[in-house]
Amino acid sequence: MINQEYDVIVVGGGHAGAEAAAAAANLGAKTLLITMNLQTIGQMSCNPAMGGIAKGQIVREIDALGGLSGIISDKTAIQFRMLNRSKGPAMWSPRVQSDRWRFAEEWRLALEAIPNLDFFQDMVVDLEVSGDKIVAVHTGMGVRVRAKKVVLTNGTFLNGLIHIGEKNYGGGRAGERAATGITERLVKLGFESGRMKTGTPPRVDGRSLDYSKMEEQKGDDKPEKFSFSKETRALDKQRSCYITYTSEDVHEALREGFDRSPMFNGSIESLGPRYCPSIEDKINRFADKDRHQIFVEPEGWNTVEIYVNGFSTSLPQEVQEKALRMVKGFENVKIFRPGYAIEYDYFPPTQLKHSLETKLVDGLYFAGQINGTTGYEEAASQGLMAGINAARAVKEEDALVLSRDSAYIGVLIDDLITKGTEEPYRMFTSRAEYRILLRQDNADERLTPVGHDIGLVSDERMKEFHVKQSKTEALSSFIGDLSVRQEEINPVLEEKGLSPIKQTMKFDKILSRPQLSFSDFTGVEALKSFIFDNDIKDENIEQVEIALKYAGYITKEKENASKIDRLEHLSIPKNFDYTKLKSLSYEAREKLIKQQPATIKEAKGISGVSPADISVLLVYMGR
Amino acid sequence: MEDTICALSTAAGMGAIALIRVSGKDCFPIVNRFFKPISQKHDISKAEPYSCVLGKLIDDKGQTVDEVMLNLFKGPQSYTGEDVIEIACHGSTYIQEQILRLLTTNGARLADPGEYTLRAYINGKMDLSQAEAVADLIASENKASHQIALQHLKGGISKEIKALRKELIDFVSLIELELDFAEEDVEFADRSALNNLLKRIEGVLSSLISSYDTGNAIKSGVPVAIIGAPNAGKSTLLNLLLKEDKAIVTEIAGTTRDAIEDEISIDGVNYRFIDTAGIRETEDLVESIGIKKTFEKIEQSDLVLYLIDAERFNSKAERRVLNEELAHIVDKIGERNFILIINKVSSLKESIPESIQDLKPISMNAKDGFGLEQLNERISSFYNWGDLAAQQSIVTNVRHLKALQLSLVNIEKVQQGLNEGLSGDLLSFDIREALQNLGSIIGEVDVDKDILGNIFGKFCIGK
Repeated sequence: MINQEYDVIVVGGGHAGAEAAAAAANLGAKTLLITMNLQTIGQMSCNPAMGGIAKGQIVREIDALGGLSGIISDKTAIQFRMLNRSKGPAMWSPRVQSDRWRFAEEWRLALEAIPNLDFFQDMVVDLEVSGDKIVAVHTGMGVRVRAKKVVLTNGTFLNGLIHIGEKNYGGGRAGERAATGITERLVKLGFESGRMKTGTPPRVDGRSLDYSKMEEQKGDDKPEKFSFSKETRALDKQRSCYITYTSEDVHEALREGFDRSPMFNGSIESLGPRYCPSIEDKINRFADKDRHQIFVEPEGWNTVEIYVNGFSTSLPQEVQEKALRMVKGFENVKIFRPGYAIEYDYFPPTQLKHSLETKLVDGLYFAGQINGTTGYEEAASQGLMAGINAARAVKEEDALVLSRDSAYIGVLIDDLITKGTEEPYRMFTSRAEYRILLRQDNADERLTPVGHDIGLVSDERMKEFHVKQSKTEALSSFIGDLSVRQEEINPVLEEKGLSPIKQTMKFDKILSRPQLSFSDFTGVEALKSFIFDNDIKDENIEQVEIALKYAGYITKEKENASKIDRLEHLSIPKNFDYTKLKSLSYEAREKLIKQQPATIKEAKGISGVSPADISVLLVYMGR
Repeated sequence: MEDTICALSTAAGMGAIALIRVSGKDCFPIVNRFFKPISQKHDISKAEPYSCVLGKLIDDKGQTVDEVMLNLFKGPQSYTGEDVIEIACHGSTYIQEQILRLLTTNGARLADPGEYTLRAYINGKMDLSQAEAVADLIASENKASHQIALQHLKGGISKEIKALRKELIDFVSLIELELDFAEEDVEFADRSALNNLLKRIEGVLSSLISSYDTGNAIKSGVPVAIIGAPNAGKSTLLNLLLKEDKAIVTEIAGTTRDAIEDEISIDGVNYRFIDTAGIRETEDLVESIGIKKTFEKIEQSDLVLYLIDAERFNSKAERRVLNEELAHIVDKIGERNFILIINKVSSLKESIPESIQDLKPISMNAKDGFGLEQLNERISSFYNWGDLAAQQSIVTNVRHLKALQLSLVNIEKVQQGLNEGLSGDLLSFDIREALQNLGSIIGEVDVDKDILGNIFGKFCIGK
């Protein structure tokens, strides 16, 4: 089998690789997944959780497009919480605690269920390029496998270097070796590479902890789920997390080890994310804070292993242990695995097109941490897009590019490609200028038709989506037509201390008041029977309510988006000769030549390209 | 390109005439809101395209801004391919600004540099080689606007806006912190502190906005109202100030017909007299107190010269009326600069009452010029621009004014939202709009980067 030419080879089996392989194979591409260890497909290298603020929205988008992360997260969840419930609906963010083993197992099984996906265990050490096209990969055991397209999802493995205290050794994850050869080849091919750093906290024995000294953090009373499909169900039982805090004593104990910290003694030079700092970084930078929060997260349904979230560290093991024992509830802690920091190679993502294909080598795609991102969700979504686009390219179809106003995935990729990143890039809602449009509740509305068009979403799921949409629309037009009388409404208004209505009113007008919601009017007979007769679900009510209450903001964001859209979607011909444009600034010319933007929008996003340069470009373009 | 844009198409500054171009699907209804054709049958909503219509532009107070000629074009046969109206107006910068103000308050938006050409290009009115012909124009326009932005950057206004923007970014960072890091142990700002900050920002914005009138006064002259009862000597005083006997002055009240020259310069500051034609009124005394016209004049002015005929002090009955009149007027004048002039002092027989002395009146005899020097000194003492410009930032640009006004609307919305407990993502939406608007003045528009940088710099976040 290894002698045939594959349509798509995916290198790496983490969140990016697994999504890429699934998408490519599901779109009909003959796909091979090569990974150094088939036992660690879908491994959660860091915390045992999926989703969270902005990230939960991404998981919903992956699911809406036909990716698998949502379904697998649902199947392996041990706790569900909808974060930010008290904020506006654009902020609601689903998050689960996951069973780490089960998560990896479900991924493996899901991939095995895809007929035209093959697997091979080996390390890819070289890429074979002919002209400017990828043609094959070479493995450590000397196997050459040909492919039309290759997706690299190497995570932290490229020249990975693990640090614990003064010790360091090559490795891609604790207990796993690093991958070599790919960086060196890419640099020879003209790619620019860089180093990034990330870290992970110690994992400990749950039996050695005293939970009575911590605050319990339960899952939601009414847990929801990620996937829009009927394939998964919400949890009926959940496991709790616990919260405890560091103290001045803990900080002092940690400080004693600072001279042996690779962070401070110069052995780590690369940049880590500011928003995912190690505990030593936190107490160093925010010296006035006398305590920091620690989240005690179970690693699964049955295991006793605990993930000490918030205590990421690369201090010597004995320092970790000494400090941890001063944390409330951790007095007798037994460490299973110490925390560590890891440095790895990445490739500044400005070297990519919006399809995630590299500008330098045709048919070569990058996804995940290799692009300088952090986070499972960020990686998975890139993997999905790279897998989709690799498979589409095989069929000579146009790349699928999601716009900034249609998905967080669009924001993520656009940010990476046009702005690059100097520290591991994590998604925040504040990165999305149209976040009021990019809600977790409407990810299906935004993306399921897209997923269906490209062939990743099944007809059945599309049908379910249409049913949901038509119910929502029916309810929406029903309440727009429904006149309610004073006597039906005023008791509710009075109870809330609101001024009563003086004449019959349309129900949607009443509902648009901020203090009122559907649940206040369960007594209105016409509404009750409409909901019953038409089998209206909570999700339909939620959609209608959001559309009503945030109409002003939603319309405004849509207007802003379309305004920018029209001016910016003019495309720039490939190999456009910028040297002819004498009126461009020197810096702009250099950068435009280097980055070869595909549209005016991309050109605008390049730092150093001024509005004046854009005007010049607009006018000279196509000459 | 749903919106309608407007801009001055002729060179900036004073000229004999100026041309303002309005383009977009709503340009006819927008202009129609304040355009009054000379003849009813020239209603522009029914007028033939590619025709000219003469008429007046009327502001929201019913005042005529200018008499103008409109050239009407219907899309796609126009420069931009959209409906276009060209307004040919008189060339004073004041009129230009006022017309742009009328347009922008009625739904048009100021065009960005090169936007007409961009629209023409996008609407297929030009191919690229034609567009190339205007390339230099666009480029130079941008260069010029770049230099202007740089100049502003050094000046007071951009400093003030930068400071405001920074505070707003701090503020929105706190909100964003609550949104993006709700799970973490971050300290949230208490809402009353945020409210105070908003109040302060609102204050600065308001004062910048109101400085536009000062700025405008610097550019177009301080508007001065001369008020007083008929025959108090308003025309005589005006003539004295203008030093030219151009107004027709007679002994009969109400004979001033034409305001001819209406601007003077004292110590390098220009003063513009309002409604010089109306200085003589035929109304009787009682009506002239508090009558609409006088009040309107006061409203439009920045400096009020209030004349009293000294002879009125000689009659007891008149003194009573005078006291009443004075109280009304002073009340209306409010914060404006105000000079009380007792004219015709040579005919004064009684002493001036103390209540009037307190207002530091200037004694004058406008007919022979007695007291003029004192009056000029008093006027100059109010308008020491050199000091003023050093003390506070003054907005002179209508685009800046618009951006500030929009920011103020956004800030007021945030305040309202904060009071109603609106969720942070929506508060943030309005603050970001304010930041965009403020940023457009100084050319800093990448809000998100600033916010995130701020959050990471200031707060300990991340598990």
